[in-house]
Amino acid sequence: MSEMIRVEKLNKSFGDLHVLKDIDLEVYENEVVCLIGASGSGKSTLLRCLNFLEVKDDGKVIFAGDTIELKTHNINEVRQKVGMVFQHFNLFPHKTVLQNVTEAPIMVRKIDRKQAEEDGKKLLDKVGLGDKYNVYPGKLSGGQKQRVAIARALAMKPDIMLFDEPTSALDPELVGEVLETMKQLAREGMTMIVVTHEMGFAREVADRTVYMHDGRIVETGDSKDFFANPKEKRTQEFLSKVL
Amino acid sequence: MIAGNVFSLDTFFSELIRTYPIFLEAAWLTVRISVAAVIIGTVIGMFIALVKLSNPFLKVIADIYITIIRGTPLIVQIFIFYFGLTNIVQLSPFWAVSLALAIHNSAYIAEIFRGSIQSIEKGQMEAGRSLGMTKNLTMRRIILPQAMRRAVPPLGNQFIIALKDSSLAAFVGVAELFRRAQGIAAGTFNTMETYMIVAVYYLVLVMILTWIVNKIEHRMAASDR
Repeated sequence: MSEMIRVEKLNKSFGDLHVLKDIDLEVYENEVVCLIGASGSGKSTLLRCLNFLEVKDDGKVIFAGDTIELKTHNINEVRQKVGMVFQHFNLFPHKTVLQNVTEAPIMVRKIDRKQAEEDGKKLLDKVGLGDKYNVYPGKLSGGQKQRVAIARALAMKPDIMLFDEPTSALDPELVGEVLETMKQLAREGMTMIVVTHEMGFAREVADRTVYMHDGRIVETGDSKDFFANPKEKRTQEFLSKVL
Repeated sequence: MIAGNVFSLDTFFSELIRTYPIFLEAAWLTVRISVAAVIIGTVIGMFIALVKLSNPFLKVIADIYITIIRGTPLIVQIFIFYFGLTNIVQLSPFWAVSLALAIHNSAYIAEIFRGSIQSIEKGQMEAGRSLGMTKNLTMRRIILPQAMRRAVPPLGNQFIIALKDSSLAAFVGVAELFRRAQGIAAGTFNTMETYMIVAVYYLVLVMILTWIVNKIEHRMAASDR
């Protein structure tokens, strides 16, 4: 398996608050990695540092063997390869579902509109929203919105997908449909990093699970082992609280 | 003895009918001044808002502009344009007044746009950027269309103020509605009736403008339906 993304000695502070402390992490192609941990443990910040929505203080972010720095790289080109799904969807409310999906392919990848719409419809069909092309996001349920957001990110044909608590803002009965879409994506071999509180999803779908606490990675392990036999005391305590 | 300035309904209606050719022409001039001021003021206002949001140094310059323009009376600005600026550049009274009104409104409009741009959720910019869109592209395609929609109601309000403020053009002799009213009142001594008539003209213009703004607001709310 080739390495997709690698983080070395990553540090990030917000003012006096040291949020990420010497983070080392590597994710391989086709791998699904879940980041778990309490609120404030730094897992979302770590995810956002990977596509430079937050800019690291020091350390390295290496994408497909290439060390990414804002000075040397056009970050917009890097981001085209790194899809992101947000907790609060962040759909474009003034654009229809299909326009949400085709916006970046047309404006950034300069794909012909007809082609982009064709591709976009296929993606929307895939996430089960084939009947919603011309609907505005305001008319959708949370689960539907998040599936549009996944289709929107996929439309850029990314090499890796980042999910930042994709189900945390959803009503409980809508969580399943989003997780199902993500499972399907995992089965197709998409490389995914998922910040989540859904332990069931992590155990079932993730190849590896990473537990973060207080800005550090406490434990990383094969998901089956990780949940069956957590080695670190803090991991055991956390899991006993959430499982 | 009946004083000359007591209101008479008969005089009001007879004067209304007698003066309408003069007032209609004057109303047309009021509309032209206001439209010119609002269009130019909106363009400058948008520019100032974007400048203010671009970087800390330019923000200071934009803030100075807004402070000076907002901190001085419109009538003073009109006089500066009409008596001052016309010494330097060739400027008709119409354009001196329209430009003064445009500059005056641009400061308020800049703050309306700035506020509406900043009111768009941070996640919208992040979503655009995460898809590989540049900051400028995201601003143009994602942020501004949403901000414009939120700006329409306060902009409509500002346009109404601008329309009514155009009456200050009377003081530099531009023959718009209020100037005409002053002339007619002085000539006929029907002071109350004449100013009531001109008030009706302003009221009707404001109502038409309100109707237009509501139409635009309704049309821009397409994504809510």
